[in-house]
Amino acid sequence: MEEIITSGRMNLNIDPVLHVWHWQIPIYLFLGGLAAGILFFAALYTIMDKADKYPTAVKVAPILVPFALVVGLFALLLDLKHKLYFWQLYTNIKFESPMSWGAWTLMAVTPLSIVWVASYLKELIPSIELNSGRFSGVLKMILRPIDNAAQVNWEWKFTFLTDFENYVIKERKSIAWIMIVLALILGVYTGILLSAFNARPLWNTSILGPLFLVSGLSTAAAAIMLLSKNKDERILFSRIDIMLIIIELFFIIHMFMGFLASTEVQIEAANLFLGGAYTVPFWGLVVVLGLLVPALLEILELRGYHVPILAPAGLILLGGLIFRFIMVEAGQITRYLY
Amino acid sequence: MKTTRREFIKISSLGAGSLALATPSLSWLGGNEEPMDDTQAKRYANYCEVCFWNCAGWAYTNKEGKLWKIIGNDVDQHSMGRFCPRGTGGIGAYYDSDRLKTPLIRVEVDGKQTYKEATWDEALDLVAKRLMEVKRKHGASSVALFNHGNSGKHMSHLLRAFGTTNMGSPANAQCKTPREIAFGATFGHELHSPEPLDIRDTRCLVLIGSHLGENMHNGQVQEMSEAIDKGATIITVDPRFSTAASKSKFWLPIKPATDIALLLAWMNVLINNEWYNKKYVEKYTYGFDQLKAYVQPFTPEWAFGETGIEPQNIIATAREMANAAPAVIVHPGRHTAWYGDDTQRLRAVAILNALLGSWGARGGFYHPAQAKVPKFQTPEYPAVEWGWKVLSEGKYRMANAGITNVLVDASHPEWKNEKKIKAWMVIGSNLMATIPNPAYTLEAIQNLDFMVVVDTMPADITGYADVVLPECTYLERYDDLRVSEHRQPNIALRVPAAEPMYESKPAWWMAKELSKRMGLGAFFPWNDYAEVLDFQLKKLGTSLEEFKNVGVMNLERPYEDLYFAEDEEAEFETNTGKIELYSTAFEEEGYPPLPVYTKHAQPPEGYYRLIYGRAPMHTFSRTNNNPLLTDLMDENDLWVNPKVANEWGLKNGQYLWLQNHHGVISDFPIKVRVTERIRWDSVYMVHGFGSTNKKLTRAFGRGISDTQMISEIMLDSETGSTGMRGNFVTFITEDPRKEVVS
Amino acid sequence: MRYGMAIDTKKCVGCSDCVVACQTENNVPVGYCRDWIVENTAGTYPKLELEIRSERCNHCDNSPCVRCCPTGASHIIDGGIVVVTHVDCIGCGACIQSCPYDARYSHPEGYVDKCTFCHHRVENGQNPACVSVCPTHCMYFGDLDDPNSEISKMVSTRKWKVLAPEAGTKPQIFYLV
Repeated sequence: MEEIITSGRMNLNIDPVLHVWHWQIPIYLFLGGLAAGILFFAALYTIMDKADKYPTAVKVAPILVPFALVVGLFALLLDLKHKLYFWQLYTNIKFESPMSWGAWTLMAVTPLSIVWVASYLKELIPSIELNSGRFSGVLKMILRPIDNAAQVNWEWKFTFLTDFENYVIKERKSIAWIMIVLALILGVYTGILLSAFNARPLWNTSILGPLFLVSGLSTAAAAIMLLSKNKDERILFSRIDIMLIIIELFFIIHMFMGFLASTEVQIEAANLFLGGAYTVPFWGLVVVLGLLVPALLEILELRGYHVPILAPAGLILLGGLIFRFIMVEAGQITRYLY
Repeated sequence: MKTTRREFIKISSLGAGSLALATPSLSWLGGNEEPMDDTQAKRYANYCEVCFWNCAGWAYTNKEGKLWKIIGNDVDQHSMGRFCPRGTGGIGAYYDSDRLKTPLIRVEVDGKQTYKEATWDEALDLVAKRLMEVKRKHGASSVALFNHGNSGKHMSHLLRAFGTTNMGSPANAQCKTPREIAFGATFGHELHSPEPLDIRDTRCLVLIGSHLGENMHNGQVQEMSEAIDKGATIITVDPRFSTAASKSKFWLPIKPATDIALLLAWMNVLINNEWYNKKYVEKYTYGFDQLKAYVQPFTPEWAFGETGIEPQNIIATAREMANAAPAVIVHPGRHTAWYGDDTQRLRAVAILNALLGSWGARGGFYHPAQAKVPKFQTPEYPAVEWGWKVLSEGKYRMANAGITNVLVDASHPEWKNEKKIKAWMVIGSNLMATIPNPAYTLEAIQNLDFMVVVDTMPADITGYADVVLPECTYLERYDDLRVSEHRQPNIALRVPAAEPMYESKPAWWMAKELSKRMGLGAFFPWNDYAEVLDFQLKKLGTSLEEFKNVGVMNLERPYEDLYFAEDEEAEFETNTGKIELYSTAFEEEGYPPLPVYTKHAQPPEGYYRLIYGRAPMHTFSRTNNNPLLTDLMDENDLWVNPKVANEWGLKNGQYLWLQNHHGVISDFPIKVRVTERIRWDSVYMVHGFGSTNKKLTRAFGRGISDTQMISEIMLDSETGSTGMRGNFVTFITEDPRKEVVS
Repeated sequence: MRYGMAIDTKKCVGCSDCVVACQTENNVPVGYCRDWIVENTAGTYPKLELEIRSERCNHCDNSPCVRCCPTGASHIIDGGIVVVTHVDCIGCGACIQSCPYDARYSHPEGYVDKCTFCHHRVENGQNPACVSVCPTHCMYFGDLDDPNSEISKMVSTRKWKVLAPEAGTKPQIFYLV
């Protein structure tokens, strides 16, 4: 029998098991992944010249992105324990720090996504009547300073805004190239943030980057399906999603195979999911309900059965969220034994 | 006359105003700036009062003048510049917001007893009046003092002047008396503290029932470490795999209560193999032939049957000792009140040391020396009507100091003797957690006319006092010079590093104020205790002002060397002038002159022997609320062997209650620690937890008080000490208090 | 100059003095600690072994906490001591996640805190508080680059181990075994 006792140490959130990151980080990772996925598809179909064929992916879904990123960033801010000093993130560039990468990537992606969305506003919503409607007050407040009249016709007050808009619309394809790269970085980053921690054996696998990217793409596809009114588009993203789910399952199985073939600490980490405390939540909620069931539903739909789109899409989004909660929480429990 | 029953009063309902002042800050001293350079900090000489070791050091204050930290004084022989965790954490005693804050007087309001916050004048007037009343009715001797530590000395001075010598300290009858008497009878010299053990130069250290390293007797722990560095062999005899056992070449996992059998077998092996120190034995000892004849039956094979230790291990360890001799120490231990034959056991330890020639040898026992400090002149104490010896009724004839448990007996309603104790003064001594069978102690308290308690903390005993006097901590007061026996004679100074917090006062001040009210002012012919110290230090050629800068002074040894010289003639203060292997003093008093092995009861089926001990970060119950030390350990746990845990289905970390073989059920639950480090027939816990005083916000109800579970008291016939290790406990896994309800 | 510490497990009794000394010296809030004790018991009664270690930040040569810090609050100063500048720390917790020894914690004020090797004392030529108080003298602190320092001698003459070497952090606290 071996007995290991750590005495005299009961640091808050460190002992008896690490619990430094709470709900904020998984929310941030989920929203980051979702945003990255949506931007990826928007950019992809812009580059492929299919913006008009798949308008939800290119024009509508990206509206979610700035909101997702702002909420995600806010969650991140809530996670900081020394909040008043958060600006220190942007006085330093640390190439070895995934946190720094994330902060700067978001710094680039967030404005880009806003520009992207703004460039489609005129096309999507030709005019807004500001004197009526539920949000007129708020819209007035936001748009008055930059737009002209009580009736918003997207006639910008400043010519440089008009020029900029025209420039963006003209250069959409080039911007899409930048955006697709940033989206991939952001998507992979959500996994790398965790996998960079050697000290947490569950996270310390390079497969986490691609896995989180694929999961982010899958949640994005689900979101696009939910928003889309176009049958072709829905079928396309159903197909894409099934493919992503298969890749994701492959990565998950591969991840556990890797753990089991690795050191004792990673075997212990894997065991949390293979009989340990996280077995039921992970395999039940994430794999079965969040991946297999929606994949099945999507296959049924492609075969012509009527499936309300909310079911598979909702399950995928929920599964993706739970996946991140579980990974963040379980990862903190795993540690080096000495 | 029957006094009304003393209800236990929770002090927590009081002093709300002062509580607000003392809200503990999250940060230790407040603020979070970088720590300062301590070479620039102000420091005050002190010696530690967290335990009896009394290490001298420096109390530092920070930039704001607040107490910051305590560091050992480099020249001090007790601390060698390093405090133990309790001493380092002593700062916590000062900052503890649960401290007693004002004098309290027991009053009855609407039929309910409560404490009233009182002024010092009110409280002291009342104490003086009640003590004088007791004196008038029953005589001064019927007032008893239970004391501990340096502040106790002021009260003992007061009560000697008052006319009583009925004074006892749990440090004796609950702790070291058997050892002192046994060594006194053998070598003519008691050991005192720090014990004159030359551990740093020993080549073989035998720990039998001493868990050095878990008891942080500072100098000894430091020297043991030095001895390890120098390659000394350690032999540990313990039913528990103690920390010391883990550092040992030999760990002998003895069956509890059979130590004397092992000691006798060791003597047998040393003598029959002629491995003992012949020259030494011949030159210095008396009674070798009797001893040799006596130990013949106690072969290693015989001892194996008693102790469970293989004969070859008994022989191997005896060989190891003989090889190292005379640089060998069979450690005398300190808490020796175990089985009621403790003086016999310690005699065996002393004899073993004599056979090895370690007394007066380098690496054995050195000859300590003590500084002579002039007394501040006070009048002669009055003669007493009767003293504590009378209460022993002819028993415990070897005892040389007041026996606490006999004082309790003499206060109890069942006490038949005409000489009775009617009032107690208790200072710095939480009797409910030190004297076994607290239920009985409480019955005695209920029978008193008056009890006053002086303490810094609201301990278990405090709740039963008629008057509570809040004492300031050692960091806030002057006390006597520390004048201890050591390798070099030395003195150490205590000066306040801070003003007393709240309304607390030093004991010397209380004693002086009481003396005025009791017509004993002549015994306190000074205004401030600093005057006494200044007087003494000036006689020693320095002054208080000057000495504050050094804190400790080591003096030259007056004459004799630390060790016996080759062929040195020596006379010992025994009847024969020799080291008495055969004790003539014991023989005279009708006690066995050679140590007798008694078979003790073993636990019945389903019960386990309760063994208790110490943790390095606590001094009994006196530190159990110290915020710095509870941070390290805030409850005791119950060590249970995995086999036993399996049988009972006990899980690591689960809480359970204990019931002893007399049916005493613990007040509180204790956390199980399933560990291989304890024998299957015993359970182990650290002493000093399970406090019953709710006012102790960090200590109340944390763990079990071993003292509560000890109701089988095996009295040592020579000294009256209370043997406490004959108690057997069983587990109660469901909350027993719920059963009472249903 | 490379500071390091050697801790003799043969002498350490796990008394926790190092923990209290650190707490008072550095004003570590009650309830938190920068160093702690680990007791590792192996075997079956009565064949037992016990190793006791005083643990703290290992001031790693390859320190993941410094690498993952997004602001540079965690950095290395003279002598290889890893420190956190409070006003640069945003409290993101990345360094806490990165430490295989769980040596860091969130100070109630928000910043991340840990052992500093008492660099305020070391600068004055003093030992860290834990080393200077240890009643068993089981800790040795000094310059590993100086072959004549006590610690260098300990590390070169005694058998030692570091904690979780497989984490690749190159710890600078050596446990003499």
